[in-house]
Amino acid sequence: MNEYNFAYLDEQTKRMIRRAILKGLAIPGYQVPFASREMPMPYGWGTGGVQVSAATLTPNDTMKVIDQGADDTTNAISIRKFFQKTAHVEVTEVTKEASVIQTRHRIPETDLNEDQILVYQVPIPEPLRFLEPSEPETRKMHALEEYGLMHVKLYEDISRHGAIATSYAYPVKVEGRYVMDPSPIPKFDNPKMEMSAIQLFGAGREQRIYALPPYTKVVSLDFDDFPFEASKADHACELCGADNSYLDEVIVDDQGGRIFVCSDTDFCASRQQEKKGSAS
Amino acid sequence: MYVAVKGGEKAIDNAHAWLAEERRGDPSIDELSIEQIKEQLSLAVNRVMAEGSLYDPDLAALAIKQSRGDLIEAIFLLRAYRTTLPRFGSSRAVDTEKMSCIRRISATFKDAPGGQVLGPTFDYTHRLLDFKLAADGDAPDAEIANEPLANDIPHITGYLNKEGLIQQEPSSDASPQDLTREPLELPASRALRLQSLTRGDEGFILGMAYSTQRGYARNHAFVGELRIGDVAVEMDIPELGFAIQIGEIELTECETVNQFQGSKTEPPQFTRGYGLVFGQSERKSIAMALVDRALRWKELGEDNLGAPAQDEEFVLYHADNIQATGFLEHIKLPHYVDFQSELELIRKLRREADEFAQLQEAAE
Repeated sequence: MNEYNFAYLDEQTKRMIRRAILKGLAIPGYQVPFASREMPMPYGWGTGGVQVSAATLTPNDTMKVIDQGADDTTNAISIRKFFQKTAHVEVTEVTKEASVIQTRHRIPETDLNEDQILVYQVPIPEPLRFLEPSEPETRKMHALEEYGLMHVKLYEDISRHGAIATSYAYPVKVEGRYVMDPSPIPKFDNPKMEMSAIQLFGAGREQRIYALPPYTKVVSLDFDDFPFEASKADHACELCGADNSYLDEVIVDDQGGRIFVCSDTDFCASRQQEKKGSAS
Repeated sequence: MYVAVKGGEKAIDNAHAWLAEERRGDPSIDELSIEQIKEQLSLAVNRVMAEGSLYDPDLAALAIKQSRGDLIEAIFLLRAYRTTLPRFGSSRAVDTEKMSCIRRISATFKDAPGGQVLGPTFDYTHRLLDFKLAADGDAPDAEIANEPLANDIPHITGYLNKEGLIQQEPSSDASPQDLTREPLELPASRALRLQSLTRGDEGFILGMAYSTQRGYARNHAFVGELRIGDVAVEMDIPELGFAIQIGEIELTECETVNQFQGSKTEPPQFTRGYGLVFGQSERKSIAMALVDRALRWKELGEDNLGAPAQDEEFVLYHADNIQATGFLEHIKLPHYVDFQSELELIRKLRREADEFAQLQEAAE
């Protein structure tokens, strides 16, 4: 057998996933249980995002896949190839050209627009999981809007370290109601979540989908006297000079010498291109 | 000058080509055929079918070949393939009473109608490496019985039932929920728990069962009966108005008999644990029955002893080796973005701790 249905999943399964997505969009930040399927890549490697993308894609879409902000990371390549093979959609590395972007751990630096959908891969969708291991318990806490435990955790961070010791997967509150895990993006990306594009979150192993409609209010949890701060390395990109993008630290020699470069490869490459263009 | 890493696509292609070469091994050695795997590694095929939740010995054998003998990888291949298959209905409950048994033993009665039938078992073999097998793999002909086994050997627990000594299980013709088509929500029905256990990792279920034997929610289990054989799978066809047999599958069934002291509503009686697994999967089905019994504490009004095997959420959420292996191995994937944010945080915290220490010193 060589031919699979468009985007691998059968139409009934896609319909089931679309229903979960619509429910998620109707109740922003609420984790909708869905009957996650076994995909041909391992759980934990983006099966939730892949299923959401599969249910979202149409033959006219142009897809971009990034991991750690980069199009050329191994797992991003693997997922991109999967959709090229099973859905025959156009693919691109240019953020502006993509209609569906699947991401792991980053939000692109370039602002997204209303015609775009950003699909996140989510490992642990439950923001309260490491405070309370039981799923029935955490669902109850969400239902009762009982988020005291989370605030106590953040407070204890401050009393112990003088700062909130969460640097990625920093919890947010959606439209004043649900506390939501933004997936393991660095907290630098949190403010970008109030955006024009639709944001969909898929957790395959944990069988959950959640969503943010465009322009949803997303507030990073904090205290009046310890306001949230979207931090990044205090440098500019070595390659394109950007001082407003999230940076990766790269070790370049045996002496531990290091440089900082943009994690968003498309953003960095297009800035380098522009520079070259204006120089010549 | 530093150039961002490129060429991942080529690297992946090359890695896969190398993998294929490794899978084949030395090309001067004969290649394994699917038939050979199916016939001579049949217990591996059985495990892959059971945990892959797909009864197809040919595909399971192919998966074992493709995965270089890594059974969890083979199970994964089968599961991913299974996703693409349509579900077109549910069969009638298989009637294991009508199983054509190749093995049927009871540890609770010396003899019972139907007899003790050892069948092809490793039990009582001395685990001595058979060096002769290395050179000559031919097997002696096993003697053939004078008459075939009956096709309707009654269940041992049925005899206990007659005296009312064992708890009755409610019967139902309703199609149970399908764990693979609906999200697991807790508390789960017993049918769902059993589905989860039968496709759960053999090692995990074994470890859980063993823990109950060693005192974590101890409930001594007797193997009331263990049987292996073929059963017919029948399905009601609405257009026909009756059921037809659509195939035959091999199953291993285990019913344990456990003590029960009685509760406010129930007199003292025996209770059961149940295991049912594709193929010849004896260890798995016994382990499954023990874990099933341990998970029934609430329904039987027993105490929650806080043992891992009693914790439905713990057992069901961690039994699946495809979920577990995927999440475990995903930490190989790049995490430099998260790690970078941790680097910055720890530098900041250390800076602040330093400044605080200097202030302290200055004050002294």
